[in-house]
Amino acid sequence: MKAIKPVNKHRNLLPITCMVGPTGLWLLFFLLFPLAYVFVISVMTRSFYGGVQWVFSLESYQSLVDSKYLAIIWRSIVMAFQTSVICLIVAYPFAYLLSKMRPVMKGFCILFVMLPFWINGLIRLDGWANIIRDSGLINTILMRLGIISRPITMLKTNGAVLFGMVYTFLPYMILPLQTSLSKIDPSLIEASHDLGAGKFRTFVRVIFPLTLPGIFSGTIQVFIPSLGAFYIADMMGDNKPFLGNLIKNLFQGDRNWPAGAALSVILILFTLAALKLYSKIGNMDDLA
Amino acid sequence: MKKRKKQHTIGPLSTLYACLVYLFLYLPIIMVIIYSFNTKDNNIVFEGFSLEGYRSLLHNSALLDSFWMTVKLAVVSTFISVVLGTLATIGLHRYQFRLKGLINSLLYIPIVIPELIIGVASLATFTILGFDMGFATLVIAHVTFCLPFVIVNIRARIAGFDPAIEEAAMDLGATRLHTLRRVTIPMLVPGIISGALISITLSLDDLVISSFVYGRDITFPIKVYGMVRGKVTTDVYALSTLMILGTVLIYSTAQLIQKRLVKERT
Repeated sequence: MKAIKPVNKHRNLLPITCMVGPTGLWLLFFLLFPLAYVFVISVMTRSFYGGVQWVFSLESYQSLVDSKYLAIIWRSIVMAFQTSVICLIVAYPFAYLLSKMRPVMKGFCILFVMLPFWINGLIRLDGWANIIRDSGLINTILMRLGIISRPITMLKTNGAVLFGMVYTFLPYMILPLQTSLSKIDPSLIEASHDLGAGKFRTFVRVIFPLTLPGIFSGTIQVFIPSLGAFYIADMMGDNKPFLGNLIKNLFQGDRNWPAGAALSVILILFTLAALKLYSKIGNMDDLA
Repeated sequence: MKKRKKQHTIGPLSTLYACLVYLFLYLPIIMVIIYSFNTKDNNIVFEGFSLEGYRSLLHNSALLDSFWMTVKLAVVSTFISVVLGTLATIGLHRYQFRLKGLINSLLYIPIVIPELIIGVASLATFTILGFDMGFATLVIAHVTFCLPFVIVNIRARIAGFDPAIEEAAMDLGATRLHTLRRVTIPMLVPGIISGALISITLSLDDLVISSFVYGRDITFPIKVYGMVRGKVTTDVYALSTLMILGTVLIYSTAQLIQKRLVKERT
């Protein structure tokens, strides 16, 4: 056996190159290189004409300590955190219900969670904006009923951004939680009951700990993308920028690439840290 | 054992909760469909039923162009992603080699990283390479984003594979290429279809990445993004309603095909 192996290895080189090579090169050129390049830009100097001057400096990182940037970063993290918590609270009971359904019914219900993805996210958000705007559905109904005399401002508030975030990312929390809950062996729950634990204790001590991978996976899938989703703040917010808006603006509006790149690098490192942590707890493929 | 049956009954409170979640997900979609039949370009109040939105859609060539651009982009980038992804998944599954770990970890980055970063990084790279921004750069950025999702989906299918089937084909005299074409890839079809569906979905819906690299080729999400801060016109709702109809049709057809394929193989 051992004598054959090297020959085999050599013979495998061609199929490996043909099959994995294109993808490998693609990822190298269009993913790894661009990410590395963003890092390079982040340690360069901003030129006065809006471009990048190829002189090493850490001024972009120093500028991040600027209180204006810090306030935006902090606001974005708070928003992402609130979004994740609300998604988790809303999604957990729903995912629990799904996991209790018969397979056919469950398949249907999951399909209907995913179906909205097929409709442009901006259009769906705009649908909500039309419902909650000053002259929208809710205010019109409340005023016709005489409950309020002046419209309640709901759109163009921080709350509306949070609402839009929860709306956009909720399915990303439901699906991993559902997977995690469905994987639980029912005999474990029976055993817990047989050993005298009530419903609450069984949940706290058995079900909840077993779904931690799902909770973590869902949280990653909500928290991280919500840091970059600039369009939600654009549509629902009161023009206060979040991290996504800031980065986009630094690249396209203000053309301060080094500062935008520095913020991007922070986001990248943050994501990589979360990935590293997750790879210890759950299956990476579940994140897709 | 009898007690198990109890698990399947779902109480009225739970049903109500599930309905509320679905209402939350679907209410805006219902609103879009209703507004598409509105009389005027005034989407604040519903003024009366008309097909005006659909009629003006026929004459709005800029909007229709952006729609076709989006479809073309989704089809081309999905095709590339599926071809690259299928080969890569089989290769990664079958062989051990030095860079395998690196490729595997690179694959997870687009899945988890905010799309914004891929957009920014692509913009910077295409700029320094002197690429002309347009359809080609859109395709490149979309493939980079979609490819990992395709691979993960096909991989879910390949994991339960019995290698004996491929070995049998080789023993019976099939060449490697022949085995790949006639045995391995057909077995992966369900995974390829679900990967392709996800890739199309991601590509059709993408605003964030496209907004950095679109140049002169405007896609539907970018067109809508330009409108939402002002007023969305009725013909956009009309087009969206038609897209909803189209996707429901495509999805149910794809499901039927997939079911039949699975049935044939079992």
